[in-house]
Amino acid sequence: MYRLVLLLWALAAVAQSPKYGVGRTPTPDEIHQWSFSARPDGKGLPAGSGSVAPGKEIFTNRCSKCHGSAGQGGDAAPLVGGRGTLNTAKPLKTVESYWPYATTVFDYVKRAMPFNQPGTLTDDQVYAVTAYVLFLGRIVPENAVLDARSLPKIRMPNRDGFVPDPRPDVR
Amino acid sequence: MIPIHRIRRRQWLGATALGAALSACKQNAPVADEGPRLLGATVRPYGERSEFETAKRLLANDRYLEESQTRTPLGESVGILTPSSLHYERHHSGVPRIDPAQHRLLIHGLVDRPLVFTVEDIRRLPSVSRIYFLECSGNSGSEWGARPAATAQQSHGLASCSEWTGVPLSLLLAEAGIQKSAQWLIAEGADACKMVRSLPVSKGMDDVLVAWGQNGEPLRPEQGYPLRLFVPGWEGNVNVKWLRRIEASDQPAMARDETSKYTDLMPDGTARIFTFIMEAKSLVTYPSGGDKLKPGFCEISGLAWSGRGLIRRVEVSTDAGRTWKDASLQEPRLPRAFTRFRLPWNWDGSEAQLQSRCTDETGYVQPSNQQLTVLRGLASTYHYNGIKAWKVAADGSVTHV
Repeated sequence: MYRLVLLLWALAAVAQSPKYGVGRTPTPDEIHQWSFSARPDGKGLPAGSGSVAPGKEIFTNRCSKCHGSAGQGGDAAPLVGGRGTLNTAKPLKTVESYWPYATTVFDYVKRAMPFNQPGTLTDDQVYAVTAYVLFLGRIVPENAVLDARSLPKIRMPNRDGFVPDPRPDVR
Repeated sequence: MIPIHRIRRRQWLGATALGAALSACKQNAPVADEGPRLLGATVRPYGERSEFETAKRLLANDRYLEESQTRTPLGESVGILTPSSLHYERHHSGVPRIDPAQHRLLIHGLVDRPLVFTVEDIRRLPSVSRIYFLECSGNSGSEWGARPAATAQQSHGLASCSEWTGVPLSLLLAEAGIQKSAQWLIAEGADACKMVRSLPVSKGMDDVLVAWGQNGEPLRPEQGYPLRLFVPGWEGNVNVKWLRRIEASDQPAMARDETSKYTDLMPDGTARIFTFIMEAKSLVTYPSGGDKLKPGFCEISGLAWSGRGLIRRVEVSTDAGRTWKDASLQEPRLPRAFTRFRLPWNWDGSEAQLQSRCTDETGYVQPSNQQLTVLRGLASTYHYNGIKAWKVAADGSVTHV
């Protein structure tokens, strides 16, 4: 019996060990620096915080040229408005009307905005801009302070608006 | 000096009846055979097409060409492969310039052994080469509306087909020891916006490649050089270019490009999410919008493809869908690749309307525009795969319907 257990253990170890041994092990620090991704449950959100008033200032300086002073759109699509339009002939998809998770706003701004200078906002600035956009969308109050704990708790208006892929739907 | 083989050829021609016949045709012979001849161009290290060929990718009328697209000239496509130089593009923050010696791919998250691979590491591992189409889920989105696009390039040019070479992702995930609790893979690019998408582990363990080669050479920069994810049959956006990170996760990232974009809004206000598969689609590429036909014989030709596998059948109509004929399917037919179809036709000079309709190996039949819009309305933006019609006018001009 002991031998059998040992044999099974050895087989399992062989099955799970790398076959080619190519590639190296990264340090935990390397992984941490390399792997930003903020998820709906808050995993991956960094330390720091931001509120609506500084968010407005950053937005005015860095975002409003394309998104409009109040997020109403310009060269880029509107960020706010459109609530209640998704089932009409002219749906307006915005952060306010369409996006299911507030964490996605943080993730995308930190990752990709401003368009011509992505990666230049600090985490505090990203929290602040997120707060301002959500305030413009009437999702958080003017005194909101966002951080890794409060951001995932925000319930977006279209949180339940998404359904799995039913295709093939034409038969 | 006259090359010896030419003298011999002339002597031989002169001594035969065939030569006599050819001499009789001398007045019609090509100019190049007359008198002294200039030497042609020298050999060269990297080839270019003939200066007389002009097919080009079509640029979009976008404010920022870093956040834009180009379309493959499908109306001028030949066979099933798209030259890398004409492969469609869709970028979100420009094409990064990446030195392969500096590039790394990190695999981490719910794995027993996080790993970093260099490009050299990846190229040492066992690779496979497969011919697959790649298609943006916004392709043929113009056809949802009342004003369909005028040419095959404008309507369907966000699809191309290449031979892709890469290491199976399943091999890399096994090397890292992916854990049972991992349900999703979050893939991230090294472009300026660090574009990110999530896909189920089940697909990652199936046929996904970490590709480094395209059509016999390393990937082009605009196709993700030096590494990209290649996800056969699934919408282009998931095929993350300039791949630098894969995180094994218990849940998707719910990134901007899988929530706010690339979701399909239905008439009731709900939106379909993670609509990955590109369903069966076909298109007559010759004749197509912008061509000018002469009466007489004309081989109708086109492309069909399905994200669910092989194309089993393509039917063609020349009378606006009243009657259909089976087109011949050119071999090799490959799963999740372009299939070229052909049908001989004699155009009698009267008005005609050309359509094609494909069926894939699952039995799925390409729907009409009406079948799609009845179910999905007009605002779902992505994943249009309806039948496309071209009108041939009595003067031979071909336009969209």
